[in-house]
Amino acid sequence: MDAPNPTVIDCDVHAVLPSIGALLPFLPAYWREQVEQTGFKGPVDTWYPPGLPTSARPGSAPAGGGPAASTVELIQRDVLGEAPHPAFAILNCDCAVETLHNPDAASAVAGALNEWISAAWLSRDKRLRASIVVPSQFPELAVREIERRAREPGFVQVLLPVRSEAPYGSLNFRPVFAAAARHGLPVALHFGGVPGNPPTPVGWPSFYLEEYAGMTGVFQTHLISIIAGGVFDEHPQLRLVLAEGGFAWLPAMLWRFDKNWKGLRREIPWVRRPPSEYVWEHVRLTTAPLDAPEDPAQLRSAIAQLGSEDMLLYASDYPHAHGDSASDPVWEGLSGALKAKIMSGNARALYRL
Amino acid sequence: MKTPKKPPAGDPATLVDCDIHNHLTQEAVARYLPKKWQDYDRQFGRRSSPGDFYPKATPMASRTDAWPPGGGPPGSDLAFLRTQLLDAWPIEIGVLNTLITIKNQYRDYDAALATAANACQIAEWLAPEPRLRASLLVPFEDAALAVDEIRRHGGDRRFVQVLIPSRTSEPLGQRKYWPLYAAASEHGLPIGIHFGGWSGGHPISGAGWPAYYLEYHTGMIQTFQAHLISLVCEGVFEEFPDLKVVFIEGGLAWIAPLLWRLDRSWRQLKAENPRLRKAPSEYVRSHFWLTTQPVEEPPGPGQFLEMLSQLGMDDRLLFSTDYPHWDFDNPDSALPSAVPAALRQKMRRDNARALYRLN
Amino acid sequence: MAKHVVSTVAEIPPGSRKLLEVAGRSIGVFNLGGEFFAIRNRCPHQGAALCTGQLGSAVTSPGPGRYDVHREGEILRCPWHGWEYDVRTGQSWFDPKGVRVKAYETVVAPGSSLVPPAPGLEPGPYVAETYPVSVEENYVLVEV
Repeated sequence: MDAPNPTVIDCDVHAVLPSIGALLPFLPAYWREQVEQTGFKGPVDTWYPPGLPTSARPGSAPAGGGPAASTVELIQRDVLGEAPHPAFAILNCDCAVETLHNPDAASAVAGALNEWISAAWLSRDKRLRASIVVPSQFPELAVREIERRAREPGFVQVLLPVRSEAPYGSLNFRPVFAAAARHGLPVALHFGGVPGNPPTPVGWPSFYLEEYAGMTGVFQTHLISIIAGGVFDEHPQLRLVLAEGGFAWLPAMLWRFDKNWKGLRREIPWVRRPPSEYVWEHVRLTTAPLDAPEDPAQLRSAIAQLGSEDMLLYASDYPHAHGDSASDPVWEGLSGALKAKIMSGNARALYRL
Repeated sequence: MKTPKKPPAGDPATLVDCDIHNHLTQEAVARYLPKKWQDYDRQFGRRSSPGDFYPKATPMASRTDAWPPGGGPPGSDLAFLRTQLLDAWPIEIGVLNTLITIKNQYRDYDAALATAANACQIAEWLAPEPRLRASLLVPFEDAALAVDEIRRHGGDRRFVQVLIPSRTSEPLGQRKYWPLYAAASEHGLPIGIHFGGWSGGHPISGAGWPAYYLEYHTGMIQTFQAHLISLVCEGVFEEFPDLKVVFIEGGLAWIAPLLWRLDRSWRQLKAENPRLRKAPSEYVRSHFWLTTQPVEEPPGPGQFLEMLSQLGMDDRLLFSTDYPHWDFDNPDSALPSAVPAALRQKMRRDNARALYRLN
Repeated sequence: MAKHVVSTVAEIPPGSRKLLEVAGRSIGVFNLGGEFFAIRNRCPHQGAALCTGQLGSAVTSPGPGRYDVHREGEILRCPWHGWEYDVRTGQSWFDPKGVRVKAYETVVAPGSSLVPPAPGLEPGPYVAETYPVSVEENYVLVEV
């Protein structure tokens, strides 16, 4: 077996709950009984229809059946055990807790997920780290879950679904960022989420492709909201990770945001610097999907236009497949120093690995 | 008072402004309403935009120097519009995009307003000012009524496009809007999509209501993004191969990265919609036109040209001022001086002449 | 450079402004609490007539939800994109070092010092071709 490569950290690997049954050992008695007697299955919506080429790369489905990426052995085989042999992998379990409207169900399931991640993943392989799952639609309960997990060394981040009912910069959500900041945890907004409202300002698209490609708009909403709301002004040490959202869209947004800020800044006077400066300092983005154009030089120029070398975090996004490859020509044209930051340096600084 | 810079040498003598907002007051539109609708207008009036108010930096989101000295809101006075815009720059043609409230919950009322507003435009704007062209207002959420209005004026070349605001109740590729595209295509009219509207109650983002106007304005592209994706993915351009779409006030820089993403994902997810026979970017580059305002202002000097080069739509760019709104672009200085003369000419005049058949 | 007589003091009461052409430039002269300031009537962004914009306050904030308002009437907002300028210095608010509008030295002088030849006084340097000067008034001079 190849040794872990200290110059590679994989910042987005999925830990998929195979079924609610896996959570039974970790649920309180009341909720165990609910599962066993009422047909309650926990969150059932998924952003990744199992049959799609984007949902699971070839060979990732377990031999005995069940979803891809549902056991630590699969991650050990396909992520840690394969090139580029990351020294660490950050697990994101994007089980749609936000679909549970019962606050106690949401809280219980989130808690059980974190217990399961701890027992079935983190304690089984020292190379793994994980994001804390929270009942994101109930900020007070999310804070409690963060307080519960924050001191466990394996939990390095708070996970939120990028799709939500309200922009995350809004006042109601502030306590969640405060709790994350208190514990020195970055907050990750991850592709997906099932909040119940449409993912566009104009209603429901017909096709999966539309929602998949259009998700960048939702990332933009939150990034603009978080900066405008002064979250980084209140929490100067806080970091935000945009996971599985691409990054090539960011320069255009920053140009517009900076331009608008110059004339409209009186509306948000606590934002005392151009928004792009906040982004360079506080925001990181994973590299899967690359969303690469035919000409790799254009993507390299998008990377340069980001304005900072500290922003990208290498990720495989296992088991998802975006048609990218680790040997994509975009990587060749980057300087050694920049590649080193993307492949691990930025992640080491962010997660203190 | 305008104190323009001298435009770079090589600028064409005249330009086409592809986005001017004439303001039709309630009284002006009412002059053209049938009596029963005048009564309705007076008693019940416009009803929409639940929970949708954002204070817009300046009164009526307009330049504070654009209030006509004779009274009325910015854009409502043709004489002042001539002084401040049409005569102040060598504008050969200006395209009016009238933003009155055609977004009411009562669709028949919308249809009456659209018809009246179009009649008002003809009598009070187009007839007295030969440099102006107009966009056809339609009750776009009701296909049958919208088609009626398109047929009513479709032969009048002074209406250069059918106008739909970008905040609609469904993504614009969906079949409920197809009869409009059929009628527009029949008459050789592009569909002009301009920011604005109501969205049938959807918040102005895909993740709820933002708190600040700055978020709203910075996030405006999301409506255009959703429509670009929808129009392409629903196969509208397979169904209507002659259809032209203009994004007005949508911005430019976000499009190329989205096309990269769309093309990549389409390659993997093609099976979902076999109607699409080409890559999404091919449809966009052959069916879309884009106005320039609010012009992008990247920090680095070469980045504007780099952005245009990645976009690859030099023949589709249309200069616009957005007069009288606050984010107005000055024809003398908005486009960076680095834009080469030949491209400037296309952007400032030739692309619009070709698209809107102005010759 | 020369000092140009542009106005009597009385014509620009506190809180008001006057727009005029001096040496081929469009300039706005402002009276802030009895002190006079002059800046170019041209926004460096896209060339709007800056001095026709709204005068407002400086708004600062130590954190979200707090709006500290001060220097009322001293911050000029461009009528187009709303860029804010400190009338006293011509500096933009968002980037005081990098973006500014030209500001001109402005002084107040009694008419007696401007009407040659006053006994015991040297005339000029000043330009008053278009502005009649009398010994009884005080005048605003802008150096362009």
